[in-house]
Amino acid sequence: MKRRDIFKGAAVVVALAATPALAQDESYTIGVAIPSATHGFMGGLNYHAQAAIERLEATYPQLDFVLATAGDAGKMVNDIEDMVATRDIDALVVLPFESEPLTAPVQAVKEAGIWVTVVDRGLSVPGIEDLYVSGDNTGFGKVAGEYFASHLNEGDNIVVLRGIPTTLDNERVDAFNAAIEGSGINVLDMQHGNWNRDDAFNVMQDFLSKYDDIDAVWSADDDMSIGVLEAIAQAGREDEMWVVGGAGMKEIIKRIMDGDPQLPVDVTYPPAQIASAIEMTALGLVSQTPVSGRFIIGSQMVTPENAAQFYFPDSPF
Amino acid sequence: MSDTIQTKAPAPRRRLNLHVLGPVLALIALIALGASLNSNFLSYGNVTNVLARSSFIGIIAVGMTFVITAGGIDLSVGSMAAFVAGVMIMSMNALVPVLGIGVALVLAGMGVALIAGLAAGLLNGVLIAKVRIEAFIVTLGAMGVYRSLVTWLADGGTLSLNFDARSFYRPVYYDGILGVTWPIIVFAVVAILGELVMRHTPFGRHCAALGANEQVARYSAIKVDRLRMATYVVLGVLVGLATIMYVPRLGSASGSTGVLWELEAIAAVIIGGTVLKGGYGRVWGTVVGVLILSLIDNILNLASIVSPYLNGAIQGVIVVLAVVLQREGKSTD
Repeated sequence: MKRRDIFKGAAVVVALAATPALAQDESYTIGVAIPSATHGFMGGLNYHAQAAIERLEATYPQLDFVLATAGDAGKMVNDIEDMVATRDIDALVVLPFESEPLTAPVQAVKEAGIWVTVVDRGLSVPGIEDLYVSGDNTGFGKVAGEYFASHLNEGDNIVVLRGIPTTLDNERVDAFNAAIEGSGINVLDMQHGNWNRDDAFNVMQDFLSKYDDIDAVWSADDDMSIGVLEAIAQAGREDEMWVVGGAGMKEIIKRIMDGDPQLPVDVTYPPAQIASAIEMTALGLVSQTPVSGRFIIGSQMVTPENAAQFYFPDSPF
Repeated sequence: MSDTIQTKAPAPRRRLNLHVLGPVLALIALIALGASLNSNFLSYGNVTNVLARSSFIGIIAVGMTFVITAGGIDLSVGSMAAFVAGVMIMSMNALVPVLGIGVALVLAGMGVALIAGLAAGLLNGVLIAKVRIEAFIVTLGAMGVYRSLVTWLADGGTLSLNFDARSFYRPVYYDGILGVTWPIIVFAVVAILGELVMRHTPFGRHCAALGANEQVARYSAIKVDRLRMATYVVLGVLVGLATIMYVPRLGSASGSTGVLWELEAIAAVIIGGTVLKGGYGRVWGTVVGVLILSLIDNILNLASIVSPYLNGAIQGVIVVLAVVLQREGKSTD
């Protein structure tokens, strides 16, 4: 009895969703599936996704959006299936929660003739997506590494905080190591701070107990920078070393903008990449602008001079 | 009759010693290892760091000892700490215009944290003792609820304390009396009080009785429901107290605050010799357990002997070894 009711409900939704599409030739629906806001970066990503959708709905009245956030891969698959079945989407923008489990469902969406934009994490089968938008992890490590190489002298000591052990973290660290190779910079230690403030605080406290001479810290993430800076302040060694984080958290960008000597620069890995993906997908639907292919957003260096253009005071991240 | 008592008396005493010494031996071994690996290990700075960062889990673990001794479990404490921290930060930010930056604001924040912790503990306690739902299920549910609530309050990002309020409140974590910082003092006071309550008050003895055999406890005229509820309330208040020490450290709370604190607290309790199925609890053992857990992390960071990928594995092995030491003591009977 109950199950029959659910099917009835779904049929009504399909009918409702289909009606305007039939009545108005030029209207499109774009489905957006992203992970839910469980930590700072994803919080920023959710914010930029919502902001982009609001902006596009105001600009193009013929566009309609369905936003779904998922806490795990299984829920994301359900969301995507629901979008196809009940909302009759014309395009899907998806940031796969995990590559493997999302590949087959997204492939099915593609085979149904729907435009697919994949963001940040690739699918495990190449060639499914029409458009791939992503940040640049290799560039992220390289830009930071080059800054260290050019601003430190031979024999200077640095410590590195790594993220959660993942391929993404390895790509960044490998690129960083390659960029500082031959510069004579001495990497004293690398430990995992798991992109977490508290863990980074503890790791940095121990680095400070262990090493008397540290000239710089690559904390590789702005959440970790917060913990690192606090540990340095506790040890009273603010004047000895500077810290380079990454991602572009608003509090850190603000301090760079204000010329904080402890935070000379930051390297972006923008959560706003989701906005690029949604905008480009929308543009492809409403105009003849070609948008298929791969779009890699370069990791940029944030300096006191250009910090203002990376500062989003309303974003939660 | 008197003969049997006399012949049996020495045996349990020796057994008790081995059993008691297990975690202490593990702790001493760890300290010796740390000191041999790095000369800074026993420096004032490092010892203070380790003790201060142990204090959050430590304060919570003392409360957890009572819950586990009484035959319960609480999986929600990590999420609860994150939620209480979030509520505390938001209410302090909201109160800044009313109270200004000062002692009144900090006291108000502390009050909010303790009340929020008490309410959360009371809710767990009522559902477990009065509604009679399994503690594992109630607190597992609460774990998810509080984790989501803090993420929702933070809008997926991070809740940060007003900058001036933070600067004023900061000394609560970093300063202290005679070089001993406040978190260490509070942890010590909580541990000593906990030990006294466990050993020398009816409350402690009733907890052990309830954990050992609920029917017998009931027939012994112990108000079982009220007692069980009280253990969760005490734990909730201690979570509030731990949060009061935690917030001034980084001045922020997010969805990733306090992740896995519940398991660390439970592990510390068990390492310390409390029986997971209830009936016997040892607060000072819990303190040793907490110190063992934070020392492992500290030594791994200070020594960097192996790949950091293996830190979790080493931690796991040491935790199990610390408990094995005790089992050997027990297996003599």
